[in-house]
Amino acid sequence: MQTLTTNIQAIPINHYILLCSIVFSIGVIGVLIRRNAIIIFMSVELMLNSVNLLLAAFSVYRGDATGQVFVFFIMALAAAEVAVGLAIIVMIYRNTSSVDINVLNRLKW
Amino acid sequence: MSTFYFIAFLSIFFSILVITAKNPVHSILYLIVTFFTFTIHYILMNAQFLAIVNFIVYMGAILVLFLYTLMLINLNKESEPRKSNLVKIAGFIGGGCFLMTILAALKAFKVSQPVILRDPNLGLVKNLGKILFNEYLLPFEVSSILLLSAMVGAVLLATKDHKTT
Repeated sequence: MQTLTTNIQAIPINHYILLCSIVFSIGVIGVLIRRNAIIIFMSVELMLNSVNLLLAAFSVYRGDATGQVFVFFIMALAAAEVAVGLAIIVMIYRNTSSVDINVLNRLKW
Repeated sequence: MSTFYFIAFLSIFFSILVITAKNPVHSILYLIVTFFTFTIHYILMNAQFLAIVNFIVYMGAILVLFLYTLMLINLNKESEPRKSNLVKIAGFIGGGCFLMTILAALKAFKVSQPVILRDPNLGLVKNLGKILFNEYLLPFEVSSILLLSAMVGAVLLATKDHKTT
């Protein structure tokens, strides 16, 4: 473990921000280009995870453990969100026998 | 040092595969690999508690839930809805503009100090538990209420409505 953590010593914080913003943008593109409701949900999970990684990186950078506590709360919230969201998707599939989000455009009016 | 860049490349590669895979089951499997690379990132930062929680909660619980839901609603490749190319290009342009905005703000920021782990037991369970149960005791209890209400809501939503059937 000691040899592993010495690897991190020279990584600039900018590279962490770069990695996390690229993964976040991939999540945004996934939400925009897919029509399957479950894939959209997975893209949202990807965005949540990239933000988690950046919070942990800044927590190590500042030497403050509050960021990692916050990541823990975000993970609890993501678990609750996934449970309710997948229940909603299952209910939608039972009513319309499809998870295509364009079938649901009646919510517009 | 090169470990970080290799793992970062793997994270980006597999997250691109998540949103481009045609089969939803493959997409979920790629998402599992992506979350595993995030776990390796946490280990590299010596955030051991977050690594374990990410491994158990995300890869163990959430993605298994996704897989079960997908098997329950029986999607296959033919039923995968198609989107027109125009919408796809617009989505790529929108996401690319978002990324460019963040990168331009980062370039204007111009501060790049290395991430140095000053306190080696920063992310250990002992240290985080002390902070969680002293300063953040109330949010911890509130999150337990949130999880309980989410469980009740999920059961309520997913059970069949007997009046209509």
